[in-house]
This record gives sequence, structure tokens and C-alpha cells, in this order.
Amino acid sequence: MSRVELNASGTSRDLSAAARVAEDSAALAATLIPPPPPAWRRVANRLVHLWLLTLFLVVWELVSTLGVRINPQLDVMLPPPTAVFSAAQELMARGVLITHIADSLRRVLVAVGVGAILGIPLGLAMGWSAGFRASVDPLLEFIRPIPPLAWIPLSILWFGIGDTQNEYIIFLAAFFPIVLNAMAGARDVDTYLVRAGLSLGARRRDLFLTVVLPASLPNIFTGLRVGLGIGWMALVAGELVAAPTGLGFMINNARTLFRSDYILLGMVLIGILGLVLDFLMRQVSAIAMPWYRR
Amino acid sequence: MAQVVVRNVSKVHIPLKGEPLLALHGVSFHVEDNEFFSIVGPSGCGKTTLLNLLAGFETPTRGELLVGGQTIREPGWERAVVFQEYALFPWYTVVQNIAYGLKRKRLPEAEQRDLTDHYIGLVGLRGFEKRYPRELSGGMRQRVSIARALAVKPSILLMDEPFASLDIQTREFMQDELLKIWQRERKTVIFVTHSIDEAIKLSDRVAIMTPRPGHIEEIKTVDSARPRDMTHAAMVQLAADVKRWLRQQLFESTPA
Ligand SMILES: Nc1ncnc2c1ncn2[C@@H]1O[C@H](COP(=O)(O)OP(=O)(O)O)[C@@H](O)[C@H]1O
Ligand SMILES: [Mg+2]
Repeated sequence: MSRVELNASGTSRDLSAAARVAEDSAALAATLIPPPPPAWRRVANRLVHLWLLTLFLVVWELVSTLGVRINPQLDVMLPPPTAVFSAAQELMARGVLITHIADSLRRVLVAVGVGAILGIPLGLAMGWSAGFRASVDPLLEFIRPIPPLAWIPLSILWFGIGDTQNEYIIFLAAFFPIVLNAMAGARDVDTYLVRAGLSLGARRRDLFLTVVLPASLPNIFTGLRVGLGIGWMALVAGELVAAPTGLGFMINNARTLFRSDYILLGMVLIGILGLVLDFLMRQVSAIAMPWYRR
Repeated sequence: MAQVVVRNVSKVHIPLKGEPLLALHGVSFHVEDNEFFSIVGPSGCGKTTLLNLLAGFETPTRGELLVGGQTIREPGWERAVVFQEYALFPWYTVVQNIAYGLKRKRLPEAEQRDLTDHYIGLVGLRGFEKRYPRELSGGMRQRVSIARALAVKPSILLMDEPFASLDIQTREFMQDELLKIWQRERKTVIFVTHSIDEAIKLSDRVAIMTPRPGHIEEIKTVDSARPRDMTHAAMVQLAADVKRWLRQQLFESTPA
């Protein structure tokens, strides 16, 4: 009862008193939450999540090493993880593995980077302006279904043999998801946020930087993650014909040598690199959007 | 000079599917400088539509809206809006949201800081400066939204059911605060609400809207001194009259 009276006849002092109470209770809250678990505990908790991956590797190893007694061809058809590991050691010792990894990584990053630089502004503009979208959409949707592999002959004529041609193929794969996601982001900006900006004096340019861009960021990051993933998927196509190095080249080359351990090594490395880059991308997005609930 | 003039305004909404809808028809009224003017009516009667026209977000299908003799053509901070859905920027903290309009006005940094700080104190959000909107309760969000609109010092404040989602204690507190600000800073307030009691408690005049199509049926003048005690006999009487009258308009005049 007395509380109702206090608030009903409130003055601004009442609410600043409330803010003080809030500060005290924040201190109290800090003493009530359980202490954070020790570091080793947190690491252990994370490692537990790797049980399925571990099981996968163990089963793979067993199938390969035991299966070879039943069917000797399995030696070539499915080398065990341990053989893939020794292949890695061998190529490392010869000094070529790092080159393959570094070249592929660079090509994917350049291709996705160019895809982002061109695709994000294009997608945002398409999402923001219905007229622009209506003119660009048919062209984009016409080019999009063409498989990156189909571009190889022409791209060699255009760019010759070398990095640019490889990157172009990867870029084609990564570009479209980046554009389409940025467009979806800019289309879905809440009308009332745009109106709030306008009624607080924002000009169109302000509005773009302070409302449309931040509102689209979650979608932009989704596009980048998908684009990066698809970029890795296009790596073998990108390095199929016109590359002297790279994991895609390594896989193609190993095929002619019947070295399935090298092929598997290339596949595993692409998987690991994709995983690591996606993890980094999620970290960047968390830093760029502290306000965004995950 | 009447500052806000609404003359014979009609607005047709064209939905993506279905029939065009006459949301407002023949709406006329004027609001004096520094007047506290409320618009009450049941939900769906076109209050938000009318406020959107006043804000300059939309244009009327017929008729005209003027401020100081000039047709309203686009939104601007002279007519700051407190939205029904708060419309806070999720990517800005409380301080950044409140400072948004001040930045657009290109005020000096120090002045921005002072004003922001002043309005944070006023709406009782000290200690929450660095929070993001999603970390606040509904009532706190609404208070940020009010502070953000007040901070740009608009000459006209357009408020769309600003206290509808607050608990009774906070609502009464915010009503009192709004009156104090209005008395201190002398600005025109156009206040939309569905609560007749709230409108009578706050306003110089109350426009009563009826739906289908949205229309202002009557404008009542409330000339008792503020602060008003809504338990006082005269106030109770007035509120009861308006409610009975509106009920008649809504449910009894139209054949079932
Ligand atoms: N953009 C729109 N398109 C179509 N109909 C709309 C639109 N906005 C509002 N309406 C309709 O106009 C009427 C009045 O709506 P509104 O102004 O939001 O009412 P209130 O704010 O009084 O609740 C309602 O019937 C609503 O469905
Ligand atoms: Mg409304």
C-alpha cells in the first residue's frame, strides 16, 4: 500500500532512488550467481562435445584396418586416419603441404573478400530500393544457376592460367549467397525504425549507415558464412585446371597417382579450414554485433 | 495563431490484398500552440493513421495538414514521435538511442552529453546507460523512447499510446512527469490514447474518435486545474459522461 502511494505521488527523486536500489541489487546479484567454473572444467566441458567426432575417427580407423584383412582393396579405397596422418607428415617434411594450404586459403579469402566488397553493397541497394531490385534481379537470377564448373573454359580465356582464374571460379560460388542475404536484410528493416530515424532528423545517408546497415548485419554475416562455406566447396573446381598448387590441385593430382591418402588428406584439411574460418567469422560477428542475441 | 491545423483529412489504406480501407474520413481540428491535445478512441479507429499523417510519414488522400501555416511534407525533429512500439534502435545503447537526434542536429559533443544525461535522469534510467534495448523491460524501453523524443526539443510532441504498456504505478508517474515537462518546456503535445481517464487527466482538450471510418465526433474541453485528481467527483462525472457517450456512438446508434 505504501509503495503505491510513493509511486503515485512520485517525483523524479523517487526514480533516482530506484536507480540506487538497482545498483545495490546489481551488487547483490553478483554475489548470488555461482562462481564461474575453473578453466580446466570449461575446457573439459567443451572436449566432451567432441565425442561424436572421436567416435567417427575410431570407427573409420577400425573399418579400414580390420576391413583390409577381408578386402585388400580397402587399402586404396579407404585409408585409415593414421595413414592420412602419416601422409600429412610426409608432405609436410617435403615442404609442399604448407604451400598447398596457404595458396588455397589465400584464394578462398581473396574470392570471398571480393564477393563481399561487391556483393554486400549490391545486395543492400537491392533490398533498399524496389526499383533497383526490379531491374537487377532478372540478370542476377539468370546468371546464378550457371554452375561454376561451366565457367572454367571461358575464365581461362579471360584470365589465363593462374590465381585470378582460380579465384574467379570461387568468387562466382560465394557471390550469390552474399548478395541475396544482404538483400534480405535490407528488405526486412522495420518501417518504424526508418520512421524513427527520419523523425529524429536523419537524412537518407544517415539512415543508411545508422539504420539499414546495422539492421542488415545479422543477414550480412549469415551471407558471409554461407558464401565462405560454398567458396570452399568450389575450391576443387577452382583449382581443377589452371592451378599448380593448392588443396584442390593436390586432390586432383593425387587422383592420377592413385594416392587416396593424399586425397583424403586434402578433404580433411578443407574441412578443418572451413571449420576454423567459420568459427572466426562467428567471433567477428559477435564482436561486430554485441546487441544481437545469439 | 493555431499551430496545427487539420482540414478535412481523409486517408485510404490500400492493403496488399483485399478492399481499400477508408481509415479516416473528413477529420478536421486545430491544436493551439502549447496545447495538450488528446485523441481517444477504440483500437482500430485510425489514431495511429492520423498521427502518421501529422508526423509526415504518410500523405493524406484528401485534405491538408498544416503546422504554422506550412503543409506537413516530411518528418522532422520539430515533430518528434513517441511510437506505440517504442521503435528503439536495437544496435544502440540507451545513451546512444537518446543521443541519436542530437547527433543528427550536429550539437556540440558536450551539449549532447549534457542533454542526454539530463533526460536519462528525468526518465529514471541512471545506471542503465550502457544497456541495449533488449536488456530492458517494456516500461524502461518506453521511457528511453520518450527521452529520445524529448531530447531533440521538438515544438510538437506526437505520442502514440505511450503509456499503454506500463504498470499503473509507472504510468501515473510518467503522466505526472510528462505534465511537468510540458509545463516547463511549453510545447504542443498531441497525445493518442485509448484510455479516456488518461486523456481527461492530462489534456486541455480531448478529441473523441469513432471508427469505420475514423472520424472525430466531438472535442471536449477539460478546464479544471492540474494536477487533476481523477477520484474527484467532477472528474469522475466527466469521464463517465464521455464513456457513456462513446458507448452509445459505438454500440447503440448502429443497428445490430
Ligand atoms: N498500412 C495499412 N494498410 C492497410 N490498412 C491499414 C494500414 N494501417 C492501418 N490500417 C487499418 O486502418 C485502420 C486504423 O488503423 P490504426 O490507425 O492503426 O488504428 P488505431 O491506432 O486507432 O488502433 C485499421 O482498421 C487498420 O487495420
Ligand atoms: Mg494505434
